[in-house]
Amino acid sequence: MSESRTSSPVNPAPDFAWPREGLSRVPFRLFSDPEIYAREQEKIFRGPVWNFLCLELDVANPGDFKTGNIGDTPIVVTRDENGELHAFVNRCAHKGALVCMKERGNASALTCIYHAWTYGLDGQLQSVAFRNGIKGKGGMPVDFDTGKHRLEAIRVEACCGMVFGTFSEETPDVEEFLGDAVMPFLKRNMNRPLKLLGTHSQVIHNNWKLYAENVRDSYHATLLHTFYTTFKINRLDMDGGILLSDKKWHHISYAKRATLNESAEYSDAKVHSAQFGSDLEGPELLDAWDEFDDGITHSIQTMFPTIAIQYTLNSLAVRYFSPRGVNETELFWMYLGVEDDTPEQTDIRVRQGNLTGAAGLVSLEDGCISEFVQRGTTGSGHHNAFMEMGGTEAASSKNSRATEASIRGFWHGYREIMGFD
Amino acid sequence: MLLDYCHRLDDEDWDAWPGFFTEDGRYKILTRENFDADLPLGIMYCDGVGMMKDRMLALQTANIFEPHTHCHLLSRPALSGAGSQIEARTNFMVTRTMQNGAMEIFATGKYLDQIDLSSSTPKFRERIVVIESRRIDILLVAPL
Ligand code: FES
Ligand SMILES: [Fe+2]
Repeated sequence: MSESRTSSPVNPAPDFAWPREGLSRVPFRLFSDPEIYAREQEKIFRGPVWNFLCLELDVANPGDFKTGNIGDTPIVVTRDENGELHAFVNRCAHKGALVCMKERGNASALTCIYHAWTYGLDGQLQSVAFRNGIKGKGGMPVDFDTGKHRLEAIRVEACCGMVFGTFSEETPDVEEFLGDAVMPFLKRNMNRPLKLLGTHSQVIHNNWKLYAENVRDSYHATLLHTFYTTFKINRLDMDGGILLSDKKWHHISYAKRATLNESAEYSDAKVHSAQFGSDLEGPELLDAWDEFDDGITHSIQTMFPTIAIQYTLNSLAVRYFSPRGVNETELFWMYLGVEDDTPEQTDIRVRQGNLTGAAGLVSLEDGCISEFVQRGTTGSGHHNAFMEMGGTEAASSKNSRATEASIRGFWHGYREIMGFD
Repeated sequence: MLLDYCHRLDDEDWDAWPGFFTEDGRYKILTRENFDADLPLGIMYCDGVGMMKDRMLALQTANIFEPHTHCHLLSRPALSGAGSQIEARTNFMVTRTMQNGAMEIFATGKYLDQIDLSSSTPKFRERIVVIESRRIDILLVAPL
């Protein structure tokens, strides 16, 4: 046992060392070790990152509240009488019961059902039941001050239709956190009046970081998801690239469908291929319109640690993945449209909803593939993943997505924040 | 027809599935949460038999998943309407059994159907599958 183990509130997993090859190697232990999971809760989820809390439209009106969680910690987001957003830990200042048990709702105050302590929408304690006792007997001490009790506050910021929260005072504001390289693209997709088209979630039986890798893995996308390639929605022989944020934590992968220049590698690689004729029987599935003039028809943008924004043809969705223990993750899909979409445009987005999600024609494989890694690596904690596609560094790749650069970028951020040198 | 539909799916007779619908029939799986909130985008959506056939071909040739089987259990249907267009509401439960034998309830909910009786075999003009849970375990590849 090292000394730091007792001096730090968190177990620093003292026998952990990153392989000397650097970012191109990832020890499988990181996906199954409960001590590392506990350290992530402290260093990442309670650390200097912005966590996704909810969509702004979930708390559109004064009095609206929405519960969720940051890592393992249950949280509530509210919008107060003045339209101001707040977030706090969903833990009563009395004995720690959940204050909000409903997933969402509208209220003028939040009352804990256990002993009826009541909080304002800003999380401040307002009143305590039987404060002065009953018939002059019992009650709180005379010096009890409601002003000294509140729900534990979380810093909150709304940006691009999403509400983010952080426990750390050190987290720079959202725009700075994301950085100049990737912020404009998030605005392109999300900085519009959005409306919800539908939402569901998916439980995947793997560590959360395997999904963080998966959404950054431009190497797998067109090999595992043959629907993509067969119908030329996304292939590596289209113009496209990988853009890493300044800090490398976040990324954008994009492709331009109109630039397809079919390469022989797809037929040469031992890729199982879908046996469709040249066309779909229901081709309207892929009906799309040019929403932007930059030619980008497919993109996925990540925000460290657990957010991804997809824009496939016209299908815009926020994916948020949340750990549910060391080997389980819940993945939320929030499909969005724009307020002034025509009915035809809404139909197009709704039909394209078939492409992704738990039953996504192109993405459903991701529901099981990370589980296969979780299962495949069980008992092999001291072995490493090997990731040298596109080199060993984490750098933007302007001309090719045949690279694992964005995954190495994730691990770069992870090492930094976890203190794993 | 309601029973036969389930048996064909349980028996993985995928190519039979689109045949239960009229040419312009609709099939949609929605969570109860989205259905109650009147949100249009569900988990699976086929608008017309063409999209259904594409789904079945994708399931058989494109999509990759761990082998598993489904077993449907149906309640008695409540029928309403008259003439050649009737409506039905039927509760269902579907279990999923993985190749290692692990079995669980995969989905439960209700079928809300618009049935066309005007031709020799009854067909769905619309089948809305409202599932109770918003949370799908692993993935959903076969229609319910
Ligand atoms: S635990 Fe909330 S009022 Fe007692
Ligand atoms: Fe994928």
